[in-house]
Amino acid sequence: MNNDEEISLLSAEIALLNVELNKKYALLKKKQKQCLTKLDINRYSRQIILPEIGVEGQKKLKTASVLIIGVGGLGCPSSMYLASAGVGTIGLVDYDEVELSNLHRQLLHAQCNVGMRKVESGKLSLNRMNEDVNIVVHDVQLDGHNSLDIFKQYDVIIDASDNLVTRYIINDTCVKAGKPLVSGSAIHCDGQLTVYNYKGSVCFRCLHPKPQSPETVGNCASVGVLGPVPGVIGVLQAMETIKIIVDHPNVLHNSLLLYDGVDCEFKKIKLTNVKRNGCICTKNPEDITITMDYEEFCGSKANDKFKTLNLLKENERITVLDLNELISKKNPFLMIDVRKKVEYDMCHLPFSINIQLSDLKSKDTRSKLIEKINSFSNMTPNLITICRRGNDSQRAVDELKKYTEITDNVKWIKDVIGGLHEWSMQVDENFPIY
Amino acid sequence: MEKGLNITTEFTSGLQILFNNIKKHKVVLPETENPWTLGMLLFWIKDNILVDKDKCDLFMKGNTVRPGIIVAVNDQDWELLGDLKYCIKNNDNITFISTLHGG
Repeated sequence: MNNDEEISLLSAEIALLNVELNKKYALLKKKQKQCLTKLDINRYSRQIILPEIGVEGQKKLKTASVLIIGVGGLGCPSSMYLASAGVGTIGLVDYDEVELSNLHRQLLHAQCNVGMRKVESGKLSLNRMNEDVNIVVHDVQLDGHNSLDIFKQYDVIIDASDNLVTRYIINDTCVKAGKPLVSGSAIHCDGQLTVYNYKGSVCFRCLHPKPQSPETVGNCASVGVLGPVPGVIGVLQAMETIKIIVDHPNVLHNSLLLYDGVDCEFKKIKLTNVKRNGCICTKNPEDITITMDYEEFCGSKANDKFKTLNLLKENERITVLDLNELISKKNPFLMIDVRKKVEYDMCHLPFSINIQLSDLKSKDTRSKLIEKINSFSNMTPNLITICRRGNDSQRAVDELKKYTEITDNVKWIKDVIGGLHEWSMQVDENFPIY
Repeated sequence: MEKGLNITTEFTSGLQILFNNIKKHKVVLPETENPWTLGMLLFWIKDNILVDKDKCDLFMKGNTVRPGIIVAVNDQDWELLGDLKYCIKNNDNITFISTLHGG
């Protein structure tokens, strides 16, 4: 054998040995994962000594994988508790970036991470809390096409999302993949918690066969939310997830838990344990399709972002730049800010008056408005409505145009496209955005 | 003695906004020929305690509650009890819950 031949033979042998070595490493890692190290025992001792967890329970946590959809008000607390409890793998799904207005309730995200992808910011913080936990990021908008492949990799699914469309997608995928679903929601000062599709229990669709109409669904951006409320629900989601992983007998079952933060009241509603006739969860998993158009089904989008309406004609609207010109030319106009009083108190244009949209219907309010219009002495003013982003201001124009006593006394009634948000973007960057 | 039914109706998870922001209403249902059912109660609520009648569609759709509202009688889902047909008893606590989706 010449030298060249010997080299290639040795290389081949080494390659084979390397394959073998890697297999052994993988096996070692797997075996190590199944037992608790000295550090594990120290770190998790306070929960291991509980009869509910024990050594077996802690091992189950270590080998378990949990998927959290939404790294927001609910996903932050639930992932923090699960990572700290030693859950081996945590998957995070989110398509969004960290915003300043998230920070009061989404405690995983630090102020310096505003603008960062939420999954990346979440991973950073969670690994800082517990470097042993494997954090997997899924930087995607969940839909009926990508959900199944993601869900298959996990044992328990946590719905920490913020919209109805995503809740249906999560439910249907859990049913098809046979995964328990720990569902939480929070808004204003109220929270709700349910576990679906667990040991034969009902699914989200059994309870909600028909989607509720979009105008009855509130979101945190418009209704508001107090930070501790999703905090409470997110922590409870972590608790039920731990109970599912360790196979505890008392997982919240066929029940809906309500939390009322204003009255500090919890209420547990017993739900039916009978699956709804013909519901998706009564079908064979192979027969379940999750490719329907969920946004069309719900009549809304798979996010809680603002939706722009176009109710008025182009000539019934002005831009913020038009408004700025009217101001500089000292054109006489009366501006009605139609937002809620609390929003007006937060920030408003100095020359605007506040009449909430719903109050325009009141005769009393309108006669006061007419007084204001008449106070322009011998000039006929224009009437301009404005709101946060330019939807309610259009509704206000429609409402005001119903009353001749108003239309007869002004030159025209228009609204401001994009509202105060746009004013801040284009005219006055010091005007607050919320 | 009033011969009607004494019950409590409760509106939670934001639904109270349709009822003057009052969550618990102790009400007396007047005496009727037929026993009071939940189906009858819905219309009674609409006529007697719903504040803004223009916003009725945020509470009812057709002859039942709108999608997204869960009804519970003494903390049990009304579906366990025959929903609209359930006969109301004295001292029942009937809760209307708006399902939340935010997070």
